[in-house]
Amino acid sequence: MNFDIALLLIQDGIVNGALYALLALALLLVFAVSRVMFVAQGEFVTFGALSLAVLQQGSMPGTVWLLLILGGLAFLADLAVAWKTKRWEGLRGSALLNLALPILLGGLAYWLAPLKPPLAVQVILAVALVVPLGPIVYRLAFQPLANASVLVLLFVAVAVHYALLGLGLLFFGAEGWRTPAFTSFRVSVGPMLVSGQSLLVIGSSAVLILLLTLFFNRTLWGKALRATAVNRVGARLVGIRTEAAGRLAFALTALFGALSGVLISPITTIYYDTGFLIALKGFVGTAIGAMVSYPIAALGALFVGLLESFASFEASALKEVIVFSLLIPVLLWRSLKTHHVGEEEEE
Amino acid sequence: MTAMLEARDLAVAYGKVEALHKVALTVPEGQIVTVIGPNGAGKTTLLAALMGLLPAKGAIAYQGQSIVQLPTEERVALGLSLVPEKRELFAPMSVADNLALGGFARYRQGARDLDAKRAKVYERFPRLLERADQLAGTLSGGERQMLALGRALMAGPKLLMLDEPSLGLAPRIVQEIFRIIVGLKDLGVSILLVEQNARAALEVADYGYVLEMGEIALEGPAGDLAQNPRIVETYLGLAEGH
Ligand SMILES: Nc1ncnc2c1ncn2[C@@H]1O[C@H](COP(=O)(O)OP(=O)(O)O)[C@@H](O)[C@H]1O
Ligand SMILES: [Mg+2]
Repeated sequence: MNFDIALLLIQDGIVNGALYALLALALLLVFAVSRVMFVAQGEFVTFGALSLAVLQQGSMPGTVWLLLILGGLAFLADLAVAWKTKRWEGLRGSALLNLALPILLGGLAYWLAPLKPPLAVQVILAVALVVPLGPIVYRLAFQPLANASVLVLLFVAVAVHYALLGLGLLFFGAEGWRTPAFTSFRVSVGPMLVSGQSLLVIGSSAVLILLLTLFFNRTLWGKALRATAVNRVGARLVGIRTEAAGRLAFALTALFGALSGVLISPITTIYYDTGFLIALKGFVGTAIGAMVSYPIAALGALFVGLLESFASFEASALKEVIVFSLLIPVLLWRSLKTHHVGEEEEE
Repeated sequence: MTAMLEARDLAVAYGKVEALHKVALTVPEGQIVTVIGPNGAGKTTLLAALMGLLPAKGAIAYQGQSIVQLPTEERVALGLSLVPEKRELFAPMSVADNLALGGFARYRQGARDLDAKRAKVYERFPRLLERADQLAGTLSGGERQMLALGRALMAGPKLLMLDEPSLGLAPRIVQEIFRIIVGLKDLGVSILLVEQNARAALEVADYGYVLEMGEIALEGPAGDLAQNPRIVETYLGLAEGH
């Protein structure tokens, strides 16, 4: 390997690592707030990428059907609960989120898709179609299990992963999609030729991470999410509903997942099952951060990206094996260094 | 006048073990009512049930409205606040953020005066202002109690419930906390005070209940309870030794 190739690999690694970092942060947020190790995060990546690809063909993406069906189910679940408890106040909000919003977005996609709007509009639409899936999946799969153990929640997350994978196959088919690069811009940095797409990915990731940090530190809703993560009882006592926090965390994770998918779609060919492996690498970043530290999770994800990049050059067939097995010593080291965070932290 | 809070036939069980049995209790508007009793009597359980943190059987009416079905968060929004025995602060967050979050229920209802409210809390607890940027987890016991109290006040409660506010605090700070409780009553806040420090509690309260093994063993105006020989022997004699 010579110097030029090393630079190229580093560039590749940073680009992928930046995306893994986005996913790592979103996974950590969801885990902290809801204790769910959300292994189905990758499906949001897939849906974001494939929705954009289909929109670029001028067709309405299958995400619309997914949204309408799952939203309808979520509303029915709320309706059943309202019926049983004879409390109807929450139903209006549920109808807005689970019925009206999917119909509105679906209508928008149906109307806009054949017009082939500018790329920016397509990207916003693709992401907007995926984001409501976060709270809807939370409502259907996790909200009823608020008191279940981390392990049970993980099993449910695995089930959700397979369900969404199947639905993805149904609505997008088995063929792979790759969107054209967002920009043909190129710039040379020293001896390196950096593509505009790479800069876009790195820049977007940096901006998103900054925005997430501001959200956590400057807004009351962001602080409420942190509060729920550190002390659920305390959070309830100040009026933060655990379900509202869960919904918000899942909406954010769907947003970050879909954005990663959109950003990666010109770089990698995406099949209905590609997202899982991508998110798994983000998850390894989260694990390096011991499921508690946001900065270490982001850095860990970046490290995974670099590792993967060099592994794919040295032995491309074995790259996943190399990535996941080289991480074992890292994880061992981390788990020896940090105290295990139990189910619920006592003061 | 309707009572601020009225509980009837209240029963709570942990699994099969009943921790509260047929408890009836009333907090009249603008008064301090205290519940005293030995360790393990069910005082914390009672407050948790009133707050909706534990499922309870029986009737709970707040300002005449049944709240027994409502989740904790909605009871907070109606004007109930609890300062729990374990404080339940947000340890890795700053004092200022803990207080701001205390106003979350009102913020969700559209109030945008959290900064002004917080300034009022700082006036009441200048110590918290000095510590505003410090993490809640690094505070001393007395400061933590003040923060828990301040956080509860940020919700603008009409009924404030306090679970052993004097627990583990130095006598000087206990005095200060009780002075603040009386000050809140003067502002029109109704208060339900749970204490093991029976002497201090009966001094500030208007009415008192004695809870023993999950049942109300005795009740009456606080002055009468303080004279009751059984109370004097069981609870007040003990407090003298502190
Ligand atoms: N989480 C729990 N699970 C089972 N039993 C409990 C639990 N919390 C309290 N208890 C029992 O309920 C009874 C009342 O406890 P508690 O309400 O904490 O009393 P107090 O606050 O008066 O000291 C005690 O016998 C206690 O052991
Ligand atoms: Mg207690």
